[in-house]
Amino acid sequence: MSLLDVSHLTMYYRTKMGDVHAVDDVSFSVEPGEAIGLVGESGCGKTSVAMSLMKLLPDNARIVGGSILFDGVDLVPLPEEEVRKIRWKGISMVFQAAMNSLNPVYRVGDQIIEAIQQHLPLSTEQAREKVAKLYTLVGMDPELMDRYPHEYSGGMKQRAVIAMALACDPKMIIADEPTTALDVIVQDRILHRIDEIRKELNMAMMYISHDIAVIAEVSDKIGVMYAGWLVELADTVTIFKRPAHPYTIALMSAFPSIKGEKRPLVHLPGEPPDLLDPPPGCRFHPRCRYATGICQEQVPEYKEIEPGHFVACWNPQRKGVADARA
Amino acid sequence: MPGHELIKVEGLTKYFPVKKRIMLTRAVSYIHAVDEITFTVHEGEIFGLVGESGCGKTTTGKLLVKLYEPTRGTITLDGQNVVAIRRGKHLREFRRRVQMIFQDPYESLNPRMTIFDIVAEPLAVQGVRSLKEREERVAEILSQVGITPPETFMFRYPHELSGGQRQRVAIARAMVVGPQFVAADEPTSMLDVSIRAGVMKLLLELKDTLGVSYLYVTHDLAVARYMCDRMAVMYLGKIVELGPTEEVIQNPLHPYTRALIAAVPVPDPTYHREPVEIKGDIAAPIDPPPNCRFYPRCPLSDSACESSPHPDLREVSPGHFVACHKL
Repeated sequence: MSLLDVSHLTMYYRTKMGDVHAVDDVSFSVEPGEAIGLVGESGCGKTSVAMSLMKLLPDNARIVGGSILFDGVDLVPLPEEEVRKIRWKGISMVFQAAMNSLNPVYRVGDQIIEAIQQHLPLSTEQAREKVAKLYTLVGMDPELMDRYPHEYSGGMKQRAVIAMALACDPKMIIADEPTTALDVIVQDRILHRIDEIRKELNMAMMYISHDIAVIAEVSDKIGVMYAGWLVELADTVTIFKRPAHPYTIALMSAFPSIKGEKRPLVHLPGEPPDLLDPPPGCRFHPRCRYATGICQEQVPEYKEIEPGHFVACWNPQRKGVADARA
Repeated sequence: MPGHELIKVEGLTKYFPVKKRIMLTRAVSYIHAVDEITFTVHEGEIFGLVGESGCGKTTTGKLLVKLYEPTRGTITLDGQNVVAIRRGKHLREFRRRVQMIFQDPYESLNPRMTIFDIVAEPLAVQGVRSLKEREERVAEILSQVGITPPETFMFRYPHELSGGQRQRVAIARAMVVGPQFVAADEPTSMLDVSIRAGVMKLLLELKDTLGVSYLYVTHDLAVARYMCDRMAVMYLGKIVELGPTEEVIQNPLHPYTRALIAAVPVPDPTYHREPVEIKGDIAAPIDPPPNCRFYPRCPLSDSACESSPHPDLREVSPGHFVACHKL
């Protein structure tokens, strides 16, 4: 049984102008110990998926369809008191820009102790010991726990926030843009540390990022999102070597790389659609070079084109990235 | 091939004072944001400055457009001393020739001004009195940056535009006065991938059609590879390596450049990167010791590095310079 099984998840934000179709019919699963990456650009719904999984949605958001089975329990109809037992102990999260959420007037260690005591019946002494262990795990000197956030560098704050996410031994961690504000050398260290911890603890991970290169290094499989849809999902090597969705192909070709031959960048014309009023048919068709008549009329089915490789496209491509550069 | 030396920077230095409390007295120390750097930008060239946060790359950009005044050192534009320009018509003339593009198009455009007002303002400052001429120039530059058709955008406000369109407007504002040199500070780092490639291409096109040269400041080596003819790698206010971009990326010499390149994630799951050999964390350059800035983190350093002053840039192959005692 999968640890997490999301099927047909649909979530809208209600606004004065109408419903924003932020997550539409998204299905994927995560096995115990597996790392999945969700990539996509601003507003594609990747953070909304994460917030739905954590059931941490604002008042105007509602899950209008689908199910989220975590360890066999559907989180969607579950009342808040029950969700609270799963949140942090079952699934925890490193929020986007979480390093800026540390309270500047409390010692970092005390903030983590407080979080632990919310969820586990530990004395302050026991919780302190736990924090010391977590600090060692994320690669920091436990003595740093008595310092204040301003005494930490960006990388140290990020490690502290990761330690907090690990505090209740979760089965899965969602990391939303965990290294986005960090410099490359620090990013490299932190990503590798998270990856090592995941393997040590056999914990599942879900990485969310706009940067496909970052995700490629630490994910077993990758889902690509566009305008609220999961348009393609496959293991990491397949996504890179045989991407089938024209958007995935465009994303790869738009990405400058530091290795290999210097190839011309292909730029994708247009802008992502307005999710208040998404285009009919395939949401990507106005920007798609392979679009045909049916793409303008009918929503493409999300189907498995080879084992474990799912694509939502009327004209999935076979030649991959080489074709887009031609 | 690039033309003559357009911008020449020699021994450029900028210190910022920081107040440190020591007991009851106040001692002033200095952040050495940019420390004795020397480089040239040729006509028709894109010169990249790369490095991590706090290395001094943005400060250098701001020094070149006179948003900061240097502590020491010289900057010349076509042989003219830029540092000596103070105010009045000389400064206005300088601003016509040198412009800047900022990182965040959500911050750099005044939300209360229309696109026309934003792009026409530099023209007004430069004394283009006729409204008709300003309108023509604005329409022309907007279509050149891909804001088309210009009539439909001119009287909109920034909030009605997407991030990519805003950055194009910011580019138009810099280009409308016909500058020779533009300092571009991370002009694409706030943009989404599919939009970013378009803006990068636009900047390359404008280099040719308008004959403008750039200083291109970026933390992203992959972007630098696509944009820059030559680049300099900065670490704590110093240039540690300088050379043709492809040469520096394919054959990095300085241990810091090597670490920086090794740390860049590669969008290819079958590629295995070399480990990053670098110790510790970057420190703020507050009154730094005179020895090599990179010494405390360097995998190659020895006692000679500790006792010697910061190494000078040395030419190791034509046009490829490196500042390291161990090479």
